[in-house]
Amino acid sequence: MADAALSFSETSTKAVAAPRSRARRGAMRWVVLAILVVLLLLTLFPFLLALINAVKDGVDYSKGGPLSIPTRIDMGSLSSFWNTSDFSRKLLNSVIISVCVAVFGALLSLFNAYAIGIGKVRGSRVILVVLLLGIMVPQESIIYPLYYMAKATGLYDTQLAVIIIFAVLQSAFGTYLLSSVLGSFPREIIEAAEIDGATSWQILWSVIVPVLRPTLMVLGTFFFIWTWNEFLIPLVMLVSNNNQTVSVAMGLTRGQNLSDPTLQAAASLLGIAPTIVFFLIFQRTLTRGVAVGAVK
Amino acid sequence: MAAAQGTYATQRWGYYFYLIPGVLGFLLVVLIPQVSNFVLSFTTWKGVGLPRWVGMQNYQRLITDDQFWGSMIHTLLFIISMTIIPVIIGLVLAALLFDYIRDQWGEQVSSLFRAGFYLPQILPITTAGVLWGWILSPIGVVNIILKGIGLAPLAQNWVGDATWALPSVSFMIVWIQVGYCLVVFMSGLSRIDPSLYEAAELDGAGWWQRLTAITIPMLAPEIFVVVLTTLIAALKVFAPIFVLTAGGPDNATLVPSYLTYYHFFTTQRVGYAASIAVVQMALTVVLAIIFLRFQAQQQAKE
Repeated sequence: MADAALSFSETSTKAVAAPRSRARRGAMRWVVLAILVVLLLLTLFPFLLALINAVKDGVDYSKGGPLSIPTRIDMGSLSSFWNTSDFSRKLLNSVIISVCVAVFGALLSLFNAYAIGIGKVRGSRVILVVLLLGIMVPQESIIYPLYYMAKATGLYDTQLAVIIIFAVLQSAFGTYLLSSVLGSFPREIIEAAEIDGATSWQILWSVIVPVLRPTLMVLGTFFFIWTWNEFLIPLVMLVSNNNQTVSVAMGLTRGQNLSDPTLQAAASLLGIAPTIVFFLIFQRTLTRGVAVGAVK
Repeated sequence: MAAAQGTYATQRWGYYFYLIPGVLGFLLVVLIPQVSNFVLSFTTWKGVGLPRWVGMQNYQRLITDDQFWGSMIHTLLFIISMTIIPVIIGLVLAALLFDYIRDQWGEQVSSLFRAGFYLPQILPITTAGVLWGWILSPIGVVNIILKGIGLAPLAQNWVGDATWALPSVSFMIVWIQVGYCLVVFMSGLSRIDPSLYEAAELDGAGWWQRLTAITIPMLAPEIFVVVLTTLIAALKVFAPIFVLTAGGPDNATLVPSYLTYYHFFTTQRVGYAASIAVVQMALTVVLAIIFLRFQAQQQAKE
């Protein structure tokens, strides 16, 4: 399935090239388009609401309500939420944690997959199944022991703890994906390198990694987004304000009962903004490779 | 010949070294915690001092715990919003976009729709929670709209009222989940030969007939994958509840994950919480094994 996910681009171009023998119909096509546009607008409506109300001042809101277009752009609510929640700190924390997980998770996946796919170590199949079962079970069933171990080792309330946990959890999926790719890697290339006297370490970095680079990038992208969105484990592990991620900060915002509606809209918009940025950057990877994420 | 085999064997052994970080990490982060949690479920423990062995007592208590059964029933109800409705909407949308819009309006229009419907899916759930909490609040957008169009009596305290809290949270979940189903289905449809649709159309099959006779049977593997993965996800619903309702009002939206979290970290009944987590884990493992077997079968077919 993973391989299928990565080869979408080829199949979809084939479909476009198919002959256009089917007739275009008049009124019906506009009706269907209109229905879908309405559905899409409904789906995107919450985003729009957050946007127009986050830049409205209090007077404007109380006069026109949440549906009116702001008469002028007021950054007051946005900067107020940004400052009170120390949002730059939260963003930085999320970026640090997500980037580290993406890198270390991909590295761990690569090592595991190298041993399983190329090394064909004994019990590969069992290893894969255990890994996948390991990540599919609910995090609730490991959270308390992890919390206890973190406290015992002094890693509690450190970003390192969260990075280690997610790098390992997500590498399970990466291992599964990469070892199926490496399982079909041409043996002759590796044997040729071995005859030239290359060690397995050299083969990994000069033969395997260059070939896998695109797949590793996709994997890293997914790890990054998944980690960015994770909630339970960071919530439990990162108690101090200075270490929290955007996702945790958002989760705790509700408890603070922001009374001012424009402030709530501002909080939503700031939570949405990074996602929109990732979406624009990674759109193709995300929508095409989504089947990759299906086991998560 | 013998020498060559020898080096190959030693090199094969060399590969085991690459498993060391992965295995170590898996032991520390997954296996040891998982086993510890299982053992803890047979004890009573406040998180400090030593756990005291109580055998099956936690599980016996679980069977008679109304909160636990309530949370399981809510999980069943969340299957409607996590799996059933998004799969149906996703199928119809995917078929419309693939078999109609792409044909009539072109590839780009269809991609634009796909991207738009997918957007809620990649939002952190906590952000979605903040957004919808604001929209659904008593003085929120939904009620303002209802009042504006003369339906003021329909206005509710959507997430604060025991009758409406679960449907309201479910509504948000559908909003999030449709994109996932749609995108997986559309990627599955790209396998289908368009001439199949053309032939069916020449035979006079309408859009609905093509959906039921071609699209749904051809998408069977994707439907299976989406159903199982979302069922597993339905067992783990946590963030929407944490953010929107905290399990309330009056336990109306309590789910196993929230109950576990609550007992671990609020009431500190660690052993009891562990037993709920074990039940959750067992149910997930059953679904996960079905899923993995299916995946293996699919791969064998390819």
